[in-house]
Amino acid sequence: MKLTLKIWRQKNANTKGRFETYQVEASPDMSFLEMLDVLNESLIAKKEEPVAFEHDCREGICGTCNMVINGEPHGPMQGTTTCQLHMRHFKDGDTIVIEPFRASAFPIIKDLAIDRDSFDRIIQAGGYISINTGQAQDGNAIPIEKQTAAEAFDAAACIGCGACVAACPNASAMLFVSAKVSHLAHMPQGKVEAKRRAQAMVKQMDEEGFGMCSNITACEAECPKEISVEHIARLNREYLSSTVGSEVKV
Amino acid sequence: MSWFTNFLTSSIGQKVVMSLTGLFLIVFLIVHLTGNLQLLAGDGGKAFNIYAEFMTTNPLIKTTSYLLYAGILLHAIQGWALWRQNRKARGPHRYAVKVNRVAGTNSFAASNMAWLGTIIFVFIVVHMYQFWLQMKLGDVQMVTYDGKEVANLYALVSATYENLGFVIFYVVSMIVIAYHLLHGFQSAFQTLGLNHRKYTPFIKGVGKVYAILVPLGFAIIPIIMYLNQ
Repeated sequence: MKLTLKIWRQKNANTKGRFETYQVEASPDMSFLEMLDVLNESLIAKKEEPVAFEHDCREGICGTCNMVINGEPHGPMQGTTTCQLHMRHFKDGDTIVIEPFRASAFPIIKDLAIDRDSFDRIIQAGGYISINTGQAQDGNAIPIEKQTAAEAFDAAACIGCGACVAACPNASAMLFVSAKVSHLAHMPQGKVEAKRRAQAMVKQMDEEGFGMCSNITACEAECPKEISVEHIARLNREYLSSTVGSEVKV
Repeated sequence: MSWFTNFLTSSIGQKVVMSLTGLFLIVFLIVHLTGNLQLLAGDGGKAFNIYAEFMTTNPLIKTTSYLLYAGILLHAIQGWALWRQNRKARGPHRYAVKVNRVAGTNSFAASNMAWLGTIIFVFIVVHMYQFWLQMKLGDVQMVTYDGKEVANLYALVSATYENLGFVIFYVVSMIVIAYHLLHGFQSAFQTLGLNHRKYTPFIKGVGKVYAILVPLGFAIIPIIMYLNQ
């Protein structure tokens, strides 16, 4: 299949970017990243600068392959990362517009590669959970209700890719932060520091310059792990209750 | 800063201010509509004028009305501040192509709350100038019921709604308020963390009914008064 690609090229954070148009010959069996690999090989063969994009596991669990494809983070397929998006979902002759995630807290490094250190700093602000060191505990020693475990797992599925920020008209990181806070607040191991964690992570999120949540729910629609905005409500509850009912300082 | 100011300036705290003032204004709309529907009583405005006299003289209502003005201003100023911060967070570059897919409903209202709110604010200014300020300045004719002289606000309202331009202005403003409520009602609960699989569908349902019926109730007043002149 023959495709026309319009890709955002930007040398570094300080230069102005622009769209460049490329032609590429792909097979419907390729993943989206493999299609970009083919493009880059042809660019290298022509002694041109290849398109910089991030990728790591290529199996949908690391959250690195972030780009906006035809106006949607991770492309048009629901619950799918870019690396798991296959070219069979496009048609021969299609024009595909590829842009980086755009948010003030995600500055562009080069082309499609963005700096998501802000997410790492939020995670660091979250701190530790209280588990004893030494021999691994018996899995059944801490009983957790099935429903609770399932809800915690839904939140834990967050791979921190940043699609929620990219999709949000306000560039808010609430879905990401709520997934982390909600995941740990559900579990007995995480409950011990739950109040401090909610306070610290929200504080760091605000310092990083993410936007506020207007409950638009574009984040849930574009999340490759389909994390629900119910977790945002839970974060709001955790934050409100720790503000009112706890003396914890962060 | 104290814990309280820290909270009020945090992202979630600022949204809680929007939520609480929004819910307060939602409650006010019901009271306002109930009073205003007396304009359609067909008694030459007697019920409405007596009600207006009560609302402007009762000390408890007067105190509440100052809370209401403060609520409107706080909601508007905080909303404007949020809009500015959100624009800054979005950054200088817009997407060349953007698909607006959302998990909830009414994506248009959700993404345009600031613009809808701005139109509503302009509406409130015009609306208060037309009726509230004229009452305050005493530029209203008087009428006597059972020996008691009260301002004939009804006459002012019905004179205003003889103008088709104002009728259209009021009806269009109510459509804007309907969209603002369509998102705002359920969003206020979500911001307060009140999301539960048992109750959220009910809250969303009530929100939709409210967002349609209340503005509709307001909109029929100028329409009927215009047609009855």
